[in-house]
Amino acid sequence: MSNSNIRRDKPATSNRLMAYLTHHFQTLLFSLQKIYQAPTTTIMTVAVIGITLSLPAGFYLFLKNIDAMSGDLRSTTQITLYLKLNVKEKDARALRREIGLMQKVQTTEFISRHDALETFRQSSGFGKSIDTLSSNPLPHSIIVEPETGADTFAIKNLLNALQAIPEVEIAKLDTEWLERLYTILEIAKRSVAIITILFAFAVLLIIGNTIRLDIQNRYQEIIVTKLIGATNAFIRRPFLYGGIWYGLLGGLTSWIIVEIGYLAISGPLDQLKLLYQADLVFVTFSLHDFIILVSSSTLLGLAGSWIAVARHLNQIEPT
Amino acid sequence: MIEFHNVTKRYPGGFEALNNVSMQLGAGEMAFLTGHSGAGKSTLLKIISLIEKPTRGQALLNRINLNTIPKHRVPYVRRNIGIIFQDHQLLFDRPVFDNVAMPLIIQGYRPQEIAKRTRAALDKVGLLHKEKSMPITLSGGEQQRVGIARAVVHKPMLLLADEPTGNLDPVLSREIMQIFVDFHQVGVSVLVASHDLNLIDELQKPALTLNRGRLIENGLDESFQKSEYFSSSER
Repeated sequence: MSNSNIRRDKPATSNRLMAYLTHHFQTLLFSLQKIYQAPTTTIMTVAVIGITLSLPAGFYLFLKNIDAMSGDLRSTTQITLYLKLNVKEKDARALRREIGLMQKVQTTEFISRHDALETFRQSSGFGKSIDTLSSNPLPHSIIVEPETGADTFAIKNLLNALQAIPEVEIAKLDTEWLERLYTILEIAKRSVAIITILFAFAVLLIIGNTIRLDIQNRYQEIIVTKLIGATNAFIRRPFLYGGIWYGLLGGLTSWIIVEIGYLAISGPLDQLKLLYQADLVFVTFSLHDFIILVSSSTLLGLAGSWIAVARHLNQIEPT
Repeated sequence: MIEFHNVTKRYPGGFEALNNVSMQLGAGEMAFLTGHSGAGKSTLLKIISLIEKPTRGQALLNRINLNTIPKHRVPYVRRNIGIIFQDHQLLFDRPVFDNVAMPLIIQGYRPQEIAKRTRAALDKVGLLHKEKSMPITLSGGEQQRVGIARAVVHKPMLLLADEPTGNLDPVLSREIMQIFVDFHQVGVSVLVASHDLNLIDELQKPALTLNRGRLIENGLDESFQKSEYFSSSER
């Protein structure tokens, strides 16, 4: 239905977009001002959102580090060949050279049964009991490192080829424990995904509830603006911006919480680095992670307030 | 401007607030709506301002049928009306200027235009110097004048006032009523619900009197008949 016959003077169309954008900007500032004017409520809400989100964010960071570490380990896949006990050291060394020329083999290393026993004596702590042995029970062994970039299939083929060598008793691929780690990691990742979904839902409810209370507090204002001709979209806007602010601030808070947590455990982490004597690198949030975290919490804020507004705003009509 | 054809409003529970009311308020006319409390004054205003819909009969605002307005059009129709409430309904969390500017902001005026018109409206009710004050710091009469400024800032064709002087002393009441008369004189249609019979007599404007939902006196109809020649040539 057209109401042009009762609309006397409205703003010129060319200026409407400008006015619309100005209004959006003003509403953005207005909702921020509202938040600022009620610091206690705001701080509590933002803190609850921040703490809620910091849990999945923290788990994510933990997994990210484990993942990075296990990635380093995966590249060190190697095959250990335990030779038959009756193979002479001279023949074993020759075999090692032969294997070194095989395709897909990067490096080889020979460990004589004598060296192996020495190492075992030193590292196992069973030195005395080993001395009581009449003969060395350990075989010669060759450690074969496949070419970097060789895929699982190529490594399996190589393993089969090595196993087929008559002097080789057992060819062992040292990745079983890695496979296990990966399976555990996969379980952990899915758990984190479930936790993230649950906590995102919690944030949705928290923001929805805050906005619902906000709507109730501004009941009179909503009635008055409706009576002077505000559309539902106009009335909805400040609440939606409010939700966006809560989400944004909550996301930033969770980021700060996780960063502080990371700082708090960075001491022991450095020690761990020393203990492993490895070039372990611990990572914190990347810019990409930060953007994902803050933007998704902002979106959650918008969604939560949208739900609250859709449920409650239309019920408020002047009487 | 306003046309009621046999309008009946029955609330859930059976209470009949309006019973077969017919009346017309022409463009640029001013009238009072009187009657005891509970006579149906508020219901009549609520039908015009699209808060209630008639149970039977037709209500028209500038030839638009108020019975059949779809919900999403309601805000746009309301923008043609300026409503003044007995308790002025100002928002206490923002200064006078922001209160008065609200209808313009809602309708998407440019900031410069908003400033200009808001100050003009405040000037008209004599409160330009209070634009930065918070409403809570104003007296009752001043608050009501801010309410009027907000109702007229977007230059509506029709002003509706529900007991605008209900809480004010006689001197202030007269001042407020005079503001309505001024708007009437510049061509705005005005309908004021009031039970202040002395003041109504003094202002010599037609009155519609309601009693238990029935229209028992229609001053507008007489004036309409008297000035039939003029109004028909104007239309």
